[in-house]
Amino acid sequence: MSGLPLDFSLLVDGLKAEREQGITIDVAYRYFGTPRRKFIIADAPGHEQYTRNMATAASACDLAVLLVDARLGVARQTRRHAFIASLLGIRHLVVAVNKMDLVGWDRDVFERIREEFTGFAARLESPDVTFLPLSALTGENVVRKGGSAPWYQGPPLLEHLETVHVASDRNLVDLRLPVQSVLRGPDGSRASAGTIASGIVRVGDEVTVLPSLLTSRVTRILGPSGDLAEAFAPMAVAVSLEDEVDVGRGDVLSHPGNLPSLSRDVEAMLVWMDGRPLERGRPYQLRIGTSTSGATVSALRYGIDVTTLRRVPADSLGPNEIGRAALTLTRAVPHDPYARNRSMGALVLEDPADHRILAAGMVLATQPALRETRPAGPRRSSLVSPAERERLLGQRPVTVWLTGLAASGKSSIAFGLERRLVDGGHTASVLDGTALRHGISQDLGFGPDDRTSAVLRAAEVARILNDAGLVAIVALVSPLAADRQLARDVVGAARFVEVHCAASLAACEARDADEVYARARRGELGPFPGVTSPYEPPDSPDLRLPTGEIGLEEAIDRVVRVLERRGDLSPAR
Amino acid sequence: MTSYVLDTLAALEAESIHILREAAAQARSPVLLYSIGKDSSVLLHLARKAFAPAPLPFPLLHVDTTWKFREMISFRDRTAKELDLRLLVHTSARGVAEGIHPVEHGAQHYTRVMKTEALKEALDLHRFDVAIGGARRDEEMSRAKERVFSVRDRHHQWDPRRQRPELWNLWSARAGEGESVRVFPLSSWTELDVWLYILVEKIPVVPLYFAAPRPVVERGGTLLMLDDDRLGLLPGEAPETRMVRFRTLGCWPLTGAVESTAASVEEVVLELVGAHRSERQGRLIDHDESGSMELKKREGYF
Repeated sequence: MSGLPLDFSLLVDGLKAEREQGITIDVAYRYFGTPRRKFIIADAPGHEQYTRNMATAASACDLAVLLVDARLGVARQTRRHAFIASLLGIRHLVVAVNKMDLVGWDRDVFERIREEFTGFAARLESPDVTFLPLSALTGENVVRKGGSAPWYQGPPLLEHLETVHVASDRNLVDLRLPVQSVLRGPDGSRASAGTIASGIVRVGDEVTVLPSLLTSRVTRILGPSGDLAEAFAPMAVAVSLEDEVDVGRGDVLSHPGNLPSLSRDVEAMLVWMDGRPLERGRPYQLRIGTSTSGATVSALRYGIDVTTLRRVPADSLGPNEIGRAALTLTRAVPHDPYARNRSMGALVLEDPADHRILAAGMVLATQPALRETRPAGPRRSSLVSPAERERLLGQRPVTVWLTGLAASGKSSIAFGLERRLVDGGHTASVLDGTALRHGISQDLGFGPDDRTSAVLRAAEVARILNDAGLVAIVALVSPLAADRQLARDVVGAARFVEVHCAASLAACEARDADEVYARARRGELGPFPGVTSPYEPPDSPDLRLPTGEIGLEEAIDRVVRVLERRGDLSPAR
Repeated sequence: MTSYVLDTLAALEAESIHILREAAAQARSPVLLYSIGKDSSVLLHLARKAFAPAPLPFPLLHVDTTWKFREMISFRDRTAKELDLRLLVHTSARGVAEGIHPVEHGAQHYTRVMKTEALKEALDLHRFDVAIGGARRDEEMSRAKERVFSVRDRHHQWDPRRQRPELWNLWSARAGEGESVRVFPLSSWTELDVWLYILVEKIPVVPLYFAAPRPVVERGGTLLMLDDDRLGLLPGEAPETRMVRFRTLGCWPLTGAVESTAASVEEVVLELVGAHRSERQGRLIDHDESGSMELKKREGYF
């Protein structure tokens, strides 16, 4: 136990096939303990094509250690790993800057890497990132501190791993007990056996059974060593209910005031694992907790480039590719967002024939606006294919979404672009924010919810125009990134071109003919983006137009160039 | 004041119970592979907890090579009787007919016929689709990559390239037509965890795990205990009585004893805290070829 536990040579290889190939091909598990804590290391090789291995290992981990070579800085691979760790909900990242001995323990090198990574990590969702300078070769700062980096005040790696607080990562608030099976005692009594996914259950608690929504009371909790008054996640228990309510495998017990979602529609990020790519509409089998259902991918919202973290249009996902999908299930299955509840938001898609794993998925919180009442019955689809429309109109439908402060030039560019496209023989139509406010959005105000609705309605109309084969040009302040994301989801990422009219607030105010800024500052207009409410500029728009600096024609030119580059204006025959 | 945190053993126990319940709930016809060793004792103990107050939803299967220590067989029969278990015992008819001997025919051939082939025969005979075993990932290097739910083809063989990614605890005990699944609920346990659990839960194990004066002969650096007179001594070999115990139990002519004075569970734990060597080093069958454990796994050895 006293030896150096992090012998990295122990962490590599294992199988003969790998020895022959000279690479590690799969996740291996290693065990070591210190007097303070027991560790299981999931060793995942980092080759590009093995995103699935990273995801597999990450699904079992509380913490990820990313090794950065001090000489090379933050590599593409490090970014990918950090992204996947964050995607899989790992809350603790350690960036171990290795080979510090080879850069003379130079503090500037370390700080540069810290800055570079921090800038990148701002877009990730792992809240806890720790930076550590070390040398695996000399062992300094691995187990013991040395004298080479007096400027480093933190603990060595092992001490950090021993003391990171992971217990509070658990969800003890929302009771979820997915039932694995029903056990029948010799006296005929029945108990629902399962592992508590989250929350705490006590004898006497009122519980609701999903999906039946029947309610009962807990009369007995049998733990591994006998009767318990209460039990918590992740204990394995068998719970008896009053009046023998009907319970079966796949049901979930929760408290009546705090139920998981129960629906046939699930939005999820998918990590595709199988060699055969995702096919929309193909019947898959989905598993969440102990529930099973048939499922199809009804829409693929977008793919994610794991190196740049940018959204990319996607019609399918191949092995090691990641994307956001809308799933339609054959029956309503209880679930929660992954970010809130790992066990209730983690899903896999399997092949119904041989049960091999096709994809791992993380359930996303669905926007209430997207979940408004839906009509019953199947949706009829058009007898005219998008390809026919493309051939007919000589263009691929696209939505140009112009976002920016008031008076940043959105409407001028929109109408100018429409003129230019039609002159060039294309078919385009403008959806201008002000006009919409006089039409389909006239019932809406300017509070956050109403603004979201205005964005959604514009997006829905743009989608209809696109479905008809037209180019839609939307000019709308749309100040919130989340709202623009919704718009992107509605329109479909592949058709969505985000253009930021990026003039400064001063420039906008200076050319504000309608004096809206003056009125906003007098408080006459309620919350006003850029003045009394936030405007969130897009992180990575498809095009940023410095409209304070360039003229109208130049702005239109640049938009047209983007559309030409995408091939929207001259579709492949 | 409850802290709502499970200690290591309680967390391992909960995970194993979850795995056992998944295996039983998803399988058409499950079986527990019972090898009489300490891991099997722990596995059986956990299975009884997992399904209480109901009886075990599967039988136990022991593949008897006819070369197990006599103390193991009597422990097996006593356990089955006391706990009122359904115990199936299978021995290779071909092996018995051919009189296959672990030393004279070589460990490799013997293991293939008496263990691997016999296990496959028994699984086919009873048409089990899920076999639950007590293997741990820390036992040997190639087992570090073994899945908790491991798919075997129609010949019960294991192909590292065909294994499924394991995501969260969403294991599947279902496989394709003709395929079967091995399930290892103790995957995350270390040898020390097993002994600590035996200590805390007072789980009975075969007395051979504890040091006692036993008749042994030293052969090729290994201490072999003479359980009966079938082994035959080589020229120059003389049995002597030494204070020994076993870290792992298999077929007696192939299982080396270690010199030890640890005569109780507490003393075994103390001895282990200072130990560095792999526990399977006493198993001669692992040493006959490079990557031998992996080869055996591919062939269908448990």
